[in-house]
Amino acid sequence: MIELVSAERCTGCNICVSVCPTNVFDAVEDSPPVIARQGDCQTCFMCELYCPVDALYVAHDANLAVAVDELALEDTKVLGSYRKAIGWTADSRPRRASDRSYLLLKPH
Amino acid sequence: MSSISDLPEYRAAAAVSALEADVLVLGGGPSGAWAALTAAAKGARVVLADKGFLGTSGATAAANTTIIHVPPDPALREAAFSRRWANAFEIAERGWIDRVIDATWHNLNRLADWGYPFPTMEDGSSYRGTMRGPDYMRFLRRRLRKAGVTILDQSPALELLVAEGSVAGAAGIDRVSGERWAVRAGAVVLATGGCAFLSKALGTNGLTGDGTLFAAEAGAVFSGMEWSGHYSVSAAFASVTKGIVYFWGTFTDADGNVLAGRDRQSTVAQKLIDGPVYAVLDKASPRIQEGMRKGQPNIFLPFDRMGIDPFTQRFPVTLRYEGTVRGVGGLAIDEDCATSVPGLYAAGDAASRENLVGATSGGGGPNATWAVASGVWAGQTAAAFAARLGRHHASRKARGIGGNGLRPTGTSRDLDTGEIVAAIQREVLPLDKNFFRSERGLTDSLGNLDGLWRDSAAGLVGTGPSIVRARETAAMIATSRLMFASALERRESRGMHRHRDYPTLDPAQSRRLLSGGLDRIWVRPEAGTILKEAIAS
Ligand SMILES: Cc1cc2nc3c(=O)[nH]c(=O)nc-3n(C[C@H](O)[C@H](O)[C@H](O)COP(=O)(O)OP(=O)(O)OC[C@H]3O[C@@H](n4cnc5c(N)ncnc54)[C@H](O)[C@@H]3O)c2cc1C
Ligand code: SF4
Ligand code: SF4
Repeated sequence: MIELVSAERCTGCNICVSVCPTNVFDAVEDSPPVIARQGDCQTCFMCELYCPVDALYVAHDANLAVAVDELALEDTKVLGSYRKAIGWTADSRPRRASDRSYLLLKPH
Repeated sequence: MSSISDLPEYRAAAAVSALEADVLVLGGGPSGAWAALTAAAKGARVVLADKGFLGTSGATAAANTTIIHVPPDPALREAAFSRRWANAFEIAERGWIDRVIDATWHNLNRLADWGYPFPTMEDGSSYRGTMRGPDYMRFLRRRLRKAGVTILDQSPALELLVAEGSVAGAAGIDRVSGERWAVRAGAVVLATGGCAFLSKALGTNGLTGDGTLFAAEAGAVFSGMEWSGHYSVSAAFASVTKGIVYFWGTFTDADGNVLAGRDRQSTVAQKLIDGPVYAVLDKASPRIQEGMRKGQPNIFLPFDRMGIDPFTQRFPVTLRYEGTVRGVGGLAIDEDCATSVPGLYAAGDAASRENLVGATSGGGGPNATWAVASGVWAGQTAAAFAARLGRHHASRKARGIGGNGLRPTGTSRDLDTGEIVAAIQREVLPLDKNFFRSERGLTDSLGNLDGLWRDSAAGLVGTGPSIVRARETAAMIATSRLMFASALERRESRGMHRHRDYPTLDPAQSRRLLSGGLDRIWVRPEAGTILKEAIAS
């Protein structure tokens, strides 16, 4: 589930509020959005893709809240890693064309 | 806007935004997007409302999908047909399979012509057999904008509007601002997806069967609701129900014994009823691992973040329920995607996919394929219907027809939707009730669900944003009752309907089951459909 809105990184653009399919965030004036309904989070990772500054972190567990340590997340470079993996950052764009899914789908 | 004040419920609301359209599309997954694009291309003014955000919402956006893209070479098409037919258990139809594959071929090529960045293979050619969900849906969103379609995000529909015996629009709420909306339309396309009962299977929690409820309130006919026993494997802690990777997996029980069996899904389901099951993806060659990493990065999000190497370390798994999302059942439709209700059309998972997939939606991308073809057809037909009505449609006297969760028939009580949802889930999620079904189990479940329906119809009402959950709750009860009532009438096992009391397929039941109703659910075999023609091939 969603566990972190990094106040350090967040610019308050509220894109995550608009794009979350299950309406988990609430906008707060002059502040980062809050995780208002964590129990409704469907662990789809979509907000991470749309946050322009990699301020969000969705943890692995779909059922239970998990404590996260922002500094540790910074160290492991996991923030923004999904956006990179699908080629949604400027430096990772070529990854879109090199989607190798067909290796799984050709007759095996 | 003349009409909205005809609706007493909306007169009282603080603010109502009222719009007019030729075609209103409810749902912004691929099927809704294709319907809206096609209707707009026919010259219709189109509004599309999505519960979440067109681009991130629905099963495709989060999951990525394989899709059937086969050129019109007779041998290749015959092979594609045979693959579908082998999984359909005599419930599909040859003509439909062929035309769905053909329509999808053409429309994916159009997508490429519009500049969609399909991946290239190592030999440099374009590969069009998978859709990366976030890319696909973001591209369709841009295309819709270009086509002049009005998109209402975070705007769940709550009910249909009806005028002069036709569906004439829908009303809903902007769940961020709390403002109510109403759209008067000549025709409505339901593309609200399937129903996965808030199981947290990847990308499915917005899919609560709302379209099923709306259509049932309009008196529509459903088909194949018993084909709803679909579960997918995920790591026990994770949402990512991408079963494909387990093709290269080994499953074990708590003691490390390898689970073997002809039908692995059933073996795993049976074991999970008794205790924990583990998996490791130890059969994936480096090349397959590369395919997973570079093709489907979302597979690894939970593993990487948990610190598990799924190729070498065993991890606990579960089967998450996906209901009618990767099931089959839905609104009965004709070859133009018209439902049995005038002015109401259906596409994607909201419609029955039996014509294409029969009794199991299986692997290989039939659902994504169906979303494209049915979306295009529904959009086309809805636009034509609206054009025949002309602008006159907006002057018709319309009323909202929503019941349960919106307009209680008794004294409204403070019913807790959380408790009702938990009670629904106790009937539909357990493997020993819905993966493996039985006469006794289905009867008991149906009795409990009927009780939930009665109580909520009498007393459930939401206020403000909680009105959305109230309607979702009613929709899940309505959907589950159609599923289980249909399942009771199919006294055999076939495809994804596994019946403990009737463990084998009965050739005499090679026909569809229609259903419908709200307070009283009816189920009957479709007249004259013993679907034998296609077997000859
Ligand atoms: C994990 C996973 C993997 C899958 N993989 C494959 C695959 O490889 N190949 C394949 O063919 N299929 C696959 N599927 C199935 C496929 O994703 C669906 O069949 C497809 O998304 C259906 O498209 P749709 O547009 O009908 O519904 P969806 O994409 O689910 O979209 C429905 C939309 O309706 C909206 N909505 C719901 N209620 C309302 C309301 N009241 N008002 C307004 N909007 C509403 C939702 O927000 C959502 O955006 C997979 C599904 C899952 C869950
Ligand atoms: S999208 Fe990112 S930057 Fe924008 S408000 Fe959300 S967390 Fe902050
Ligand atoms: S993971 Fe999905 S559901 Fe959860 S907050 Fe992010 S976008 Fe919303």
